[in-house]
Amino acid sequence: MSDTDIIKIINSEKAKKLLDESKRADGRDLLEYRNIEIQRGVMKSADGSAWVKLGDTEIIAGVKFAVGTPYTDSPDEGSIVINLEMSGIASADIGTGPPSLEAMEYGRVVDRVIRSSECIDFKDLNIVTGEKSFIIYVDCYTMNADGNLIDAAQYAAMAALLDTKIPKLDENNNIILKEYTDKKLNIDFDKIAVSFTFGKYKDKIIADTTEVEDLATEARFTLGVCKNDVVAYHKGGGKGTFKIEDINKIMDIATAKYLEIKNKICDKQ
Amino acid sequence: MSQNKRPDGRSLNELRPISIKLGVNKNADGSCFLEWGKNTVIATVNGPKPIFPKHLADPTKAVIDYKYRMASFSVTERKSPVPGKRDKEISLVSGHALEAAVMVEQFPNTVIDVNVLILSADAGTRVAALTAASLAAADAGLPMRGLISAVAAGRADGSLVLDLDKNDEDTKDAVDMACAFLMPQKELALLQMDGFVDKKDCSKILETALKGAEMVYEIQKKALIEKYPMEGDIQ
Repeated sequence: MSDTDIIKIINSEKAKKLLDESKRADGRDLLEYRNIEIQRGVMKSADGSAWVKLGDTEIIAGVKFAVGTPYTDSPDEGSIVINLEMSGIASADIGTGPPSLEAMEYGRVVDRVIRSSECIDFKDLNIVTGEKSFIIYVDCYTMNADGNLIDAAQYAAMAALLDTKIPKLDENNNIILKEYTDKKLNIDFDKIAVSFTFGKYKDKIIADTTEVEDLATEARFTLGVCKNDVVAYHKGGGKGTFKIEDINKIMDIATAKYLEIKNKICDKQ
Repeated sequence: MSQNKRPDGRSLNELRPISIKLGVNKNADGSCFLEWGKNTVIATVNGPKPIFPKHLADPTKAVIDYKYRMASFSVTERKSPVPGKRDKEISLVSGHALEAAVMVEQFPNTVIDVNVLILSADAGTRVAALTAASLAAADAGLPMRGLISAVAAGRADGSLVLDLDKNDEDTKDAVDMACAFLMPQKELALLQMDGFVDKKDCSKILETALKGAEMVYEIQKKALIEKYPMEGDIQ
């Protein structure tokens, strides 16, 4: 156990005491979000990119196209791969080596929220039916980790996709680097999903947790929302449990907040 | 769906037949063989025991090392036996769910190994796996707050249904919500879903799942009493 671990445990005990009184170290209400800043088109080299700041959590998402073989069960469709990277840049506690289980879990949740919202027209990514189609790679890099990485990564990935231009192809249907068509990636604005992650401490539901609060909470719950519909559920983050009433309450909070965050992601820049 | 019957003849709120055998594995501290419709699962539990490498130890509780794996022959097209992202994610969240039931805080700095192998898959394997794993933990004699009774519910062919099988899952509008309840407390220890569902249906599916979990819980209790005869009911 390193010094930083011990400091974290002390801080999380402090956070627990505050949560007992329904307070938070930064003075927020339990359901209040930190400031959200989203900037699109931040990276020249990527086909689409976005930089998200959610309080002190910072994530950059970049999109790159590749040409691959479509899946046999959807021969006229392209596909998407979403990843989350957590390297030493994100936090002093993350060592080198293969990606952690958590990073993989977070990435998969983000992937599911975006995929199941069906906001991307995959048929539009077909090149030659059954032979060639576009694969969209969305890689989210954590620049600074201070809790709620799932939501920050989901905003970043979605905003980057909105910024994405489709590359030009040569006569053999290979991508011509650094040349783009006039077409943007075809995204249905009505179907854009937003992820909402909550922590649970005793019987309290907490929105947009910081890293210290992540340690203090007993469980985590993410849902993907599109207007009044739910597109994904995911419970994680420890041995805590949720009651059915908790889930119903969380659905109401998230759907009420949906439009505000969606507008931030889609903001014309 | 004709007269609220499904292709396999089940009604909308009917579970597939579940059969359970406890203590099937001689080497393990606890084990469970479970058949759930066309799903076949074996789960073993070993520990608590010393944890290696030591830095993985948690001074506040035992670590549950849950491994969900699918046999290469368990699905139609051979699956590579190398665990993929899906296996790892299911293992992680299922381990958390089991920690809600097992009194892990009684065994600090140790590990409890849980291994689940899906031998035959027909949708709903992660819930079958958890149902079996929690019984294996009980069979191992671990102190527990309750059992994990897991079941999937969702939508198939326009109706809300309990316990989707592959036929249900392959319908166009299918939504599969995997739920694991800590019973008898009726608290959600695992919840995973993807697909388009409106808020009202979400609540209804959760209620359906809880009813299903209550049925699974009764079957689990019966299996435990069969192996460990006792008077009266398990609370």
